[in-house]
Amino acid sequence: MTGVLPITLADATKVVQALLLSGKEYVCVMKLHGEAPEERIRGVLKEFEDVIYQRPPVRSAVKRQLRTRRIYYVDFLEMDGRNVLFKVGCEGGTYIRKLCFDVGEVLGCGAHMQELRRTRAGPFVEDDTVTLHDVAYQFPQWQEKKDEGILKKFIQPMERALALVPKVYIRDSAVDAVCHGASLTAPGVLSLESGIGEGSAIAIMSLKGEAVALARATVGSDAMLGMNHGIVAKVERVLMPRSTYLRCWKSGEKADA
Amino acid sequence: MPRSVAPWELQRKLLIRAEDRTNPKYGCRPEERPAEDYIRHGVINLDKTAGPTSHEVAAWVKRILKLQAVGHGGTLEA
Repeated sequence: MTGVLPITLADATKVVQALLLSGKEYVCVMKLHGEAPEERIRGVLKEFEDVIYQRPPVRSAVKRQLRTRRIYYVDFLEMDGRNVLFKVGCEGGTYIRKLCFDVGEVLGCGAHMQELRRTRAGPFVEDDTVTLHDVAYQFPQWQEKKDEGILKKFIQPMERALALVPKVYIRDSAVDAVCHGASLTAPGVLSLESGIGEGSAIAIMSLKGEAVALARATVGSDAMLGMNHGIVAKVERVLMPRSTYLRCWKSGEKADA
Repeated sequence: MPRSVAPWELQRKLLIRAEDRTNPKYGCRPEERPAEDYIRHGVINLDKTAGPTSHEVAAWVKRILKLQAVGHGGTLEA
């Protein structure tokens, strides 16, 4: 199986949780075990654009209990004999091998996954991927020339991985408290993205666009916009080292002296 | 059945609560991090080839870049 595989480096490994949960897109070749007319296949694939139930396969890394996954879209692309090519957008943790099997069951003829290529993992798409060869070639180039432009050709800031996570931007004076795991309170919030619900996973960002922490909103966007005091998000994963910003949360100390 | 909107099709608006400035003395814009820092806070959007497992590919990247730890965003079967 091939395709988009974001690799998080060193300290950026902390954002991997956000990537695992994020949606994926695949292009898949499904092999039918019998004949089926194209119209019927198109119809059955569309039926799977819904919340589906899946039990993880025997060989898998998670507990084998029935779980639900959302399929955002399934687009039939083409077929050649018993090979059916389709594109699927789905929630993280959807098993496409299972999906193919289930499509085969509904069709009646049976089917299995023949080929799979991931074309998206969260914000990362196929177009801006690099190969392992690029990495193996470019990194020594950078070590030799110390030209940062070379690094930027194949490494992106970890904040890129959070592109689809709704963001809350906070004051400098609130940053270090969050780095120590404190809940985010309303006065620290400068701006926020629409569509945050109570319980949504969010990213807390500095005004410089640095990721400070992954958190869970305790109120929705609208409430967050109107509140004057009180907790708006609980920190789940701190991404920025402590003391990057000045500590402003102990009485008697100030942000910019 | 209506299509549910994929996260990448969603448009979000920025809602402003208050204005403030940021002190250039602290922190750093992600694109301007010094090289070592840039690597340590970086992500490689890799195109995995058929054959090696996701873990093997991640381990190779780790070795090439001489890092202590790397992670990957979702296993792709070998």
